[in-house]
Amino acid sequence: MLQFIIKRVLWFIPTILAVAAVTYVIMNLTPGSPFQPAGANNLREDIIKQIEKQYGLDKPLPVRFVLYLSKAVRGDFGESYSRRPQKVNDIIRRGFPVSLQLGAMALAFATVGGLILGILAAINQNGAIDYISITLAILFYSVPSFVLGILMLIFWVIWVPDWTGWRFFRVGGWDSPRDWILPTIALGAGPLAQLARYTRSSMIDVIRSDYVRTARAKGLAERKVVLKHVLKNALIPVITLVGPLFAALGTGSFFVEQVFRVPGIGQYFVTSMSTKDHPMIMAVVLLYGAFLAMMNLIVDVMYGVVDPRIRLGYRGE
Amino acid sequence: MASESNVPQVSQAQLLSEAAEASPVRQSTLWSDAWRRLVRNRLALIGLVLVGIFLLTAIFAPIIAPYGEAEVVATSLKLSQPSWNFPMGIDQNGRDMFSRMVYGARVSLLVGVVAQLIVLAIGVPLGAVAGFYSGKVDNILMRTVDVFYAIPQLLLVLLLVNMLGPGMKNIFIAIGVTGWVTMARLVRGVMLTNREQEYVKAARVAGASGGYIILRHMLPNSLTPIIVSLTFGIPNAIFIEASLSFVGVGIRPPQPSWGQMVGTGQQYIQSVQHLMLFPCLAIALTMLAFTFVGDGLRDALDVRMND
Repeated sequence: MLQFIIKRVLWFIPTILAVAAVTYVIMNLTPGSPFQPAGANNLREDIIKQIEKQYGLDKPLPVRFVLYLSKAVRGDFGESYSRRPQKVNDIIRRGFPVSLQLGAMALAFATVGGLILGILAAINQNGAIDYISITLAILFYSVPSFVLGILMLIFWVIWVPDWTGWRFFRVGGWDSPRDWILPTIALGAGPLAQLARYTRSSMIDVIRSDYVRTARAKGLAERKVVLKHVLKNALIPVITLVGPLFAALGTGSFFVEQVFRVPGIGQYFVTSMSTKDHPMIMAVVLLYGAFLAMMNLIVDVMYGVVDPRIRLGYRGE
Repeated sequence: MASESNVPQVSQAQLLSEAAEASPVRQSTLWSDAWRRLVRNRLALIGLVLVGIFLLTAIFAPIIAPYGEAEVVATSLKLSQPSWNFPMGIDQNGRDMFSRMVYGARVSLLVGVVAQLIVLAIGVPLGAVAGFYSGKVDNILMRTVDVFYAIPQLLLVLLLVNMLGPGMKNIFIAIGVTGWVTMARLVRGVMLTNREQEYVKAARVAGASGGYIILRHMLPNSLTPIIVSLTFGIPNAIFIEASLSFVGVGIRPPQPSWGQMVGTGQQYIQSVQHLMLFPCLAIALTMLAFTFVGDGLRDALDVRMND
């Protein structure tokens, strides 16, 4: 087990390096100087050169990349180009907790809702509850988070107050828990649906197995069969889904944060790209990349803990 | 997630009489079987109808739309609500929303199809070669795939489109260049399992070359997962385009795109909602329709997907 974890942790490093390199190269191939985004400010050629020298942009690409990395490893992501004189670290320190909180709430919502929906569907296979929850799951699964967010926003923030005068939901704040509800649902709905679908099909596979029939034959209560026998084994494959779920939550947050004007770091991603704010782009990509890789690592380890067959399989390698 | 629908029990006698009726013996190919299973699935049928409407709208856009895609109809009616003459209202520049929605379908369809063609063109050959020959090629491919998987596709597409500049052509490229990994992994997996099967060994013994075996024997046998993957790939590409255009780095105005219309409509949300409502519903319905069809196809063709 330990060997397996070490192997996976070591694999983390080249992955992040590759992500950093790819981003760095793409970013620097993007035409136009960061100090002249789309001809916004017409600086003279020699002045641009001078500023570039000041920021170390005159050095060759590989040198800059190594310099950047050596700083980043020490936790210094530099100064934002477009929000000077703010440090990238400070911007992230302010926004990341908000994004993290939103992500965590969405994940909790998705996990609880998805499991309940999936289990209810599976034990009522081909019944009315199954049909309703499948339809609900497909609906949430296929509608993009920003579209769902906007539809909810139109309904709850504009139409409902117009019709009933009940102004509970609003947009643009993050201070009170009522501001959290809509973004959490918008962000969590897609993962919830995915989890529900996956749980349902996994449960149905297990329900048909022999040991479940045995459990029923020996007279165990249905509730006990479902919770103790079926669910425990059905959840193992579901764990693999958690990695992709985090990815969905991460990218979804850019758009959900934009729709509900949540002050997280998602909003910086798109704006930093259009302003060619290199240090900001790198920091956001690396942050998401590292977060994603770490979650995948945790999922892999968890998988080994839950299912000994996998752990032994890795040891045998 | 195999089909759980009950296949109606057909008695032996019934089968025989059916066969006798349609002489020579009625052909029951994989495709006709799959088609019958597909249209029997209620959700898939709804999806098929919706996708059909979407396709027709996109193809016959100039005939259906009363006005041009960026034609200013009435500046005096800016932001006016849906009415008899303008069923989806007028946008902030005095253009007919209905016409723009119709042309928006065209953009979505083009992005979906062309991006998936690029995915096919890169993913299938790479995956096939890697799966069939294994070894070093396979190793390089899988490590590349690992790196691609470490960055969410949307993030990478954003970076690429930012580099290439907005516009339809660059969106095709960005989605294609980032989307091939899923297809390559899928084809590789199928090739790996098929490689050890008897028909491949037989072809090898008969002296067929590697390329011939891949093209004539193995690819036709990998067709069903590829088709299912494509039906999910098209809405994914449409979703990415809509997201990009929503944040303003996708389709360049005045060319209409549903995502872009949602994005610009956001500024007027307090006063009028139809600017966002219709494109939002269109995106949601299109995605839903493709998911219905994709789910139905997967069940009908009995494909097991890894992810």
